[in-house]
Amino acid sequence: MLTRELLVIGAGPAGLAAAIEAAKNGVKDILVCDLNMKAGGQLFKQIHKFFGSKEHNAGVRGIDQGVQMLKEAEELGIEIWLNSAVVGFFGDKIACIEQGQPDGTKKIVYMQPKTIVIATGAQENVVRFKGWTTPGVMGAGAAQTMINVNRVQPGKNIVMLGTGNVGLIVSYQLMQAGCNVVCIVEAAPGIGGYGVHASKVSRAGVPIYCSHTIKEVKGDGPDGRVSEVTIIGLDEKWQPIEGTEKTFEADTVTLAAGLKPVSDLVKLQDIEIVFNNAFGWVPVHNDKMQTTAKGIYVAGDTTGSEEANTAMEEGKLAGVSVAEELGYITMDEAKDQRDQIWDRLRGLRTGPFGEKRAIAKVVQMGKFPVD
Amino acid sequence: MSIKEVGYISHQELIDAEQDISAERYAKGPVAVIECVQEIPCNPCEDACKFGAIYVGSPITNLPKIQEDNCTGCGACLARCPGLAIFLVDKTYSETEATVAFPYEYVPTPEVGEEWEAVDRQGAVKCKGKIVKVMNPKAFDRTPIVTVAIPKEFADEVRSVKRK
Ligand SMILES: Cc1cc2nc3c(=O)[nH]c(=O)nc-3n(C[C@H](O)[C@H](O)[C@H](O)COP(=O)(O)OP(=O)(O)OC[C@H]3O[C@@H](n4cnc5c(N)ncnc54)[C@H](O)[C@@H]3O)c2cc1C
Ligand code: SF4
Ligand code: SF4
Repeated sequence: MLTRELLVIGAGPAGLAAAIEAAKNGVKDILVCDLNMKAGGQLFKQIHKFFGSKEHNAGVRGIDQGVQMLKEAEELGIEIWLNSAVVGFFGDKIACIEQGQPDGTKKIVYMQPKTIVIATGAQENVVRFKGWTTPGVMGAGAAQTMINVNRVQPGKNIVMLGTGNVGLIVSYQLMQAGCNVVCIVEAAPGIGGYGVHASKVSRAGVPIYCSHTIKEVKGDGPDGRVSEVTIIGLDEKWQPIEGTEKTFEADTVTLAAGLKPVSDLVKLQDIEIVFNNAFGWVPVHNDKMQTTAKGIYVAGDTTGSEEANTAMEEGKLAGVSVAEELGYITMDEAKDQRDQIWDRLRGLRTGPFGEKRAIAKVVQMGKFPVD
Repeated sequence: MSIKEVGYISHQELIDAEQDISAERYAKGPVAVIECVQEIPCNPCEDACKFGAIYVGSPITNLPKIQEDNCTGCGACLARCPGLAIFLVDKTYSETEATVAFPYEYVPTPEVGEEWEAVDRQGAVKCKGKIVKVMNPKAFDRTPIVTVAIPKEFADEVRSVKRK
């Protein structure tokens, strides 16, 4: 059976940061697996300049941050398998990998690494309404991949559901790609994402309807495609108010109703999970990013959807802890490094947008058994 | 109505965030107007200003504060702000006109001499504007900064041009 000192699952910002930090601290023989054809996770769809501080490459476009991380990983001799999904876990940390072959086929290989970092990211929530299966209704992430990776417009006239940062940013990018955003609809009474992102789409004349949801989508377009979208106002109890309907002509509906962690692999290793309102079901971990299974660490959106900079910091924590577990650095050295990372992480989780996540994290880590 | 409900800020919100610029400072020439009124984890503007005119400090979620007298109106901070939330307003441009410079990442990019419709924070057309400057050097990393000349009375409202 194959083995490695460290297997990282997911080559997004969290996974790459974990691999890089582990390598910098002496860990050898590192493998990163990603099911995508391209490494970088979400970063490669994000053509906008990122928030954060200098240490987080703020102001640099997501896509360029991905390129930088890949270069660093390469320089450190980190091996990356693309088109290679980890599809299962057995016994004591035996990973089953569908390894992508140069000819496009796949080969099943088994690997028992000494340590594992699970950094599989998050997936989009689905919203159901009358007509939600009509062609032209899609996730905002899919629309973003179409415009920024594949360079095709998902449609001409788009209704966006959701005002989190994803909904706002993808709306902006759809307009950059030449589409028209008819309106953005939000069920909550307030806009979820950053005001500065909302201001960008407002300046472009896109109306944002808070306390509204999609009532119905009609599919009378070519090949049964979306032709019309009706939205409706909601009262304080989130119940539709009859008579407040508005109907728009549109050929596409994009859904940005939040993300939930991808935690299938976590569940396969009997790692303890916990539910909280900010993140959904997430693995319990401690301040080293270690799960309740020895040798298995988590980082990034898998542990609760946040941002690329928090994902990278969590990845670094995991990388340092792996180096400690494998004996490359002492407990004190590891703690010193982690303390610095935690200082930055705590900074990122302040303010009205971060506090809820900070509290959720404390609860999540509080569930970690003390020995 | 606040930014949280409608998606654009009011003048009162700028005042509350202590980001409004005094009439005396406006009278001296171009100045950066920061419109970033929520505590978000972000600070590239602070680093972008070589004149120490922008302060965020610690924690990183502090609101950015402009020291208006330190601002030379150089415009370097505009393209560095990922929120596209900094504008350069010059109320001394001419007897009757002011200029507003803003980041503009759509295509086509406006060109000097063209006439575009100038819009306010909600995208409503306020007046016609003449493009007087377009900057897009490598350092701006593909965020062109466009300057539009408009009648003075719209200087506090116009923040972009209508997409073509
Ligand atoms: C539209 C949008 C805008 C954003 N804007 C910002 C921003 O301005 N600033 C910011 O800081 N953050 C931003 N984010 C958030 C940021 O992109 C994410 O928080 C970050 O990418 C999370 O990193 P990650 O490594 O945990 O997950 P991901 O980037 O999602 O990476 C996970 C990787 O794991 C792989 N994977 C999953 N399952 C398996 C498996 N079984 N086997 C192998 N590989 C697997 C996936 O293919 C993927 O590549 C934005 C997100 C979106 C969607
Ligand atoms: S315009 Fe120039 S001097 Fe003024 S705040 Fe911006 S960078 Fe600083
Ligand atoms: S860089 Fe822009 S978005 Fe970030 S804090 Fe400064 S003004 Fe706000």
